[in-house]
Amino acid sequence: MIRSFRALLLRDLKLAARVGGSGVMGLIFFLMIVTLIPFALGPDLNLLSRIGPAILWIAALLATLIGLDRLFQADQEDGSLDLLRLSHAPLEVVVLAKVVAYWLVTGLPLAVAAPFLGLLVALSPEGMLAMVATLLVGTPALTFIGAVGAALTSSLRRGGLILAILVLPFMIPTLIFGVSAANAALGGTIPFATPFLILVALSLVAAVVGTVGAAAALRSGE
Amino acid sequence: MQRGQGYRGLRLSVNNLACERGERRIFEGVSFTLRAGEALVITGRNGAGKSSLLDILAGRLRPAAGVILLEGAGERTLAECLHYVGHRDALKAALTAEENLAFARDFLGNPASKPHEALEAVGLAHAARLPVAYLSAGQRRRVALARLLVAHRPLWLLDEPTSALDTASQDTLRLLLESHRASGGMIAATTHSPLFLNDAKEIRIERRPLRPEGEPA
Repeated sequence: MIRSFRALLLRDLKLAARVGGSGVMGLIFFLMIVTLIPFALGPDLNLLSRIGPAILWIAALLATLIGLDRLFQADQEDGSLDLLRLSHAPLEVVVLAKVVAYWLVTGLPLAVAAPFLGLLVALSPEGMLAMVATLLVGTPALTFIGAVGAALTSSLRRGGLILAILVLPFMIPTLIFGVSAANAALGGTIPFATPFLILVALSLVAAVVGTVGAAAALRSGE
Repeated sequence: MQRGQGYRGLRLSVNNLACERGERRIFEGVSFTLRAGEALVITGRNGAGKSSLLDILAGRLRPAAGVILLEGAGERTLAECLHYVGHRDALKAALTAEENLAFARDFLGNPASKPHEALEAVGLAHAARLPVAYLSAGQRRRVALARLLVAHRPLWLLDEPTSALDTASQDTLRLLLESHRASGGMIAATTHSPLFLNDAKEIRIERRPLRPEGEPA
């Protein structure tokens, strides 16, 4: 089972690194949204640094969403999904391997890049650190929630938009606690740990529900 | 598990299988038994449900009625005992032929031939380092067939295995199939062109004639 997990994880990481892979795309998209906002709002540094965490979080959410429709669809189209069903490992392990690979190439780079993009929205150093921390523990929740939608829409040809409509409402709690944890680090009355721990809990719950849910969706797919 | 040893007691019996797609009965009453070393050739017109039958066996579709029983496989499920090569080749275009096979070998478990040996067996050793995207339809099909060799699985489900293959590759395929049977494996293949397998069983799937609503069948 571990062998199958590792084989699939490595395959997906390799695919993401090749031409046409989703590896860099999410990151570039993230960068573009974050750059757009200051252009739209104007050079008001106080305003930017106040809404900076929110901008980064929304951008991260959209960047996670953008490649998500291909998570299972690509395997569905070329028949790989049929191969993935033939393993000793249950479908849940398959889903987990694919989601972890997806997070490693989209969610993790977003968290790592957050301080640099924080410069664009005039974040303070504490703010940058908080952004890295919240994105690091919050983006797994986004990916796991999105995986359920990706599994449900894997056999639809134009599933991208339906996927977004399906999963965005379920991402709202993650967004709320992600932004409020980042804001708490910048000052305010709530301690940082309160929303941050809820964010951690959301990710853990999403990891379980998302894995089981996506596997169930794939099973009922055909 | 050594090749052949665990296969001997295997028996796949299919009883009264029926298939429905989009609430329409495609076929029903399909029964057959496959023992170690036996091959089954499934024929029928286009749209008769040959591929659907393989899909049901591979666990991709649920049967509308009927029983599929695999005896002698111990704790392994049917899906863990089979290879499936369908119309979609399940190859990643961005990865090389060798990487595709190495993935299948690690992922499926019970590793058999090394990827380059399997590619040699289908006559594609020279293309091992090429991304699958650069290969022709026939070459891709051969890479997909090479997957049969990288992991030990007793039952091979093949959907039109000879399509896109040239005559030389068809001969190679026949040799592979016969050697799999000789070591106790089972094969179920759909086909339009004769596969020339030795004393293979054959079933013909007939599409139920479409009748107007209300008329007794």
